[in-house]
Amino acid sequence: MHNNLQVKFGPLLFKNPVVAASGTFGTGYQQHFDLSQLGGICSKGLTLEPKAGNKGIRIWETASGIMNSIGLENIGIKSYLKQELPILRDLKVRIIVNVSGATIEEYIKIVSLIPEEVDLIELNISCPNVQEGGLLFGMTSQTARELVREVRKVTKLPLMVKLSPNTDDLVKIAQSCEEEGADGLSLINTFKAMAVDLDQRKPVFDNVYAGLSGPAIKPIALRMVHEVCQKVSIPVMGIGGICNGRDALEFIMVGATCIQVGTANFMNPAVCLQIIEEMDRYLKKEGIHSLEEIRGIIK
Amino acid sequence: MAKIIFNRKIASNIYHLKIEGKFEGSRGQFYMLRGWDGYHPVLSRPFSIFDLDSQSISFIYQVIGEGTRLLSKLKKEDTIQIFGPYGKGFPPAKGNVALIGGGMGLAPLYLTARELKVDNKVELVDIYLGFKEKAFLTDCFEKVAHKLIIDIGGLISQKVNVNLYDYVFACGPEEMMKAIVKQKKEQKTQIFISLERRMGCGLGACLSCTCQTSKGNKLTCQDGPVFRGEEIFFA
Ligand SMILES: Cc1cc2nc3c(=O)[nH]c(=O)nc-3n(C[C@H](O)[C@H](O)[C@H](O)COP(=O)(O)OP(=O)(O)OC[C@H]3O[C@@H](n4cnc5c(N)ncnc54)[C@H](O)[C@@H]3O)c2cc1C
Ligand SMILES: Cc1cc2nc3c(=O)[nH]c(=O)nc-3n(C[C@H](O)[C@H](O)[C@H](O)COP(=O)(O)O)c2cc1C
Ligand code: FES
Repeated sequence: MHNNLQVKFGPLLFKNPVVAASGTFGTGYQQHFDLSQLGGICSKGLTLEPKAGNKGIRIWETASGIMNSIGLENIGIKSYLKQELPILRDLKVRIIVNVSGATIEEYIKIVSLIPEEVDLIELNISCPNVQEGGLLFGMTSQTARELVREVRKVTKLPLMVKLSPNTDDLVKIAQSCEEEGADGLSLINTFKAMAVDLDQRKPVFDNVYAGLSGPAIKPIALRMVHEVCQKVSIPVMGIGGICNGRDALEFIMVGATCIQVGTANFMNPAVCLQIIEEMDRYLKKEGIHSLEEIRGIIK
Repeated sequence: MAKIIFNRKIASNIYHLKIEGKFEGSRGQFYMLRGWDGYHPVLSRPFSIFDLDSQSISFIYQVIGEGTRLLSKLKKEDTIQIFGPYGKGFPPAKGNVALIGGGMGLAPLYLTARELKVDNKVELVDIYLGFKEKAFLTDCFEKVAHKLIIDIGGLISQKVNVNLYDYVFACGPEEMMKAIVKQKKEQKTQIFISLERRMGCGLGACLSCTCQTSKGNKLTCQDGPVFRGEEIFFA
């Protein structure tokens, strides 16, 4: 337990700011470290009904990054609540449930099903890989506003909205979410990107476009988190290419309260634990007693 | 970090990598290997356990692209990161067993054969290996097989009659495994195949490695890589 790493994310206390990002983490990682050391775990993007996901190649490497086109394959919210939630509950980490839908009605239905033992809802309005991924809602502040307003009405649980980098309106969208009662924001989801198979003269992905993540996107993610943190007063989870304690601290310094780790889990399954330790070591070395002392110091 | 005992070229483009340490694992399981520092390549690479004892683990790999090219540069005493063991391997067997490997598909069959050979429920283990151009590792397989059948340049699936066996374990190109499953006529013959899919995590989290089966989508890394042959809808 590192007391210096405790953070308050809206109404919730996190034992440390390190959260495993949606779609990149699961209980399988227990093979490598004790998951109860994490600040929190985001579920895979869940939909109302189970989804089989996209056909064809689903993961592709690029310089310092990967592209994915999983297409939100998931077991559906009901199976998640029955099968996976009980396991996570025993871990004593913050449980974050990431949900998507194709329509406002779908979002309302899925959010209404989430029980109180869940700590935080992450409303995904940013998956670039399927229609049901909500990107439709994540592109403009008007659509985002409407969705958050309706969802806010049906749940008392803390609500965080996961933003997409695939828009020109990021800051406005962030502000609309705050105005409509979101308790926090997480950003960013993957960048819409493309890969070409030169030999076959066609796109690598059946869906043509796919989502780019990993170290390659970190500088842009950092800029986006910085921009948003200047303009909202609800807490932000910074996401994008975080691979080590230094990366994590950079996000904190531009204003993030927590950070999420995605692609880096694939490079080293125990990376979240390492990030926690590296952050702790840095704080001790610098004589910092709480992350609050450095959060947002870069204006 | 683990230390490399040797990383030997055993045929054109094919290497035998032996790593020091006491590692877990059973036949048909795999590890994710990372023989480079930093973030490029991003993903670790999956390889089947070739052999395992109380002091070392070894792998056989072919150089395909950047990841395996970097692996091939490693020397004795260099360090490597390995994560595993992952997945579900080959099940227990009894009676007459055939192991069929196409190309690099031979990799998981050596430990399998070595274990089955000393298993008193198993009467015999015949090993069928198919190669494109030149055979390799045949000395090694010879020692653990009752009969070793080799094919070079043809189709190894045509040299085997799976219906003569109680258990058939196969690993290789999907075409080969498909042909083997198709041969099955005898109820008693149980066929298990080992699949390959692109992988992100290896741990059942990213859903990159889904395969289609008669029981719905399954994860190659966690539910497999070994599946019952009849269950798989081959790509
Ligand atoms: C469970 C499992 C066990 C395997 N065991 C062995 C083994 O024992 N010996 C061996 O030589 N090879 C094995 N392979 C295949 C091996 O993983 C690939 O040849 C290797 O990943 C190629 O990496 P690269 O960087 O050289 O090629 P690149 O083509 O540059 O790799 C690019 C990406 O594609 C992936 N990829 C490329 N080919 C394959 C493939 N055939 N299967 C899965 N992913 C692939 C890579 O992992 C990487 O993410 C196994 C694959 C799986 C899934
Ligand atoms: C394989 C994969 C699957 C993902 N699935 C989801 C998902 O279901 N829901 C979601 O909100 N984000 C998903 N993401 C996005 C990540 O949670 C994260 O926002 C993004 O990858 C950027 O962070 P990173 O660079 O640390 O990976 C996925 C990312 C990857 C690589
Ligand atoms: S490789 Fe990630 S789920 Fe199989």
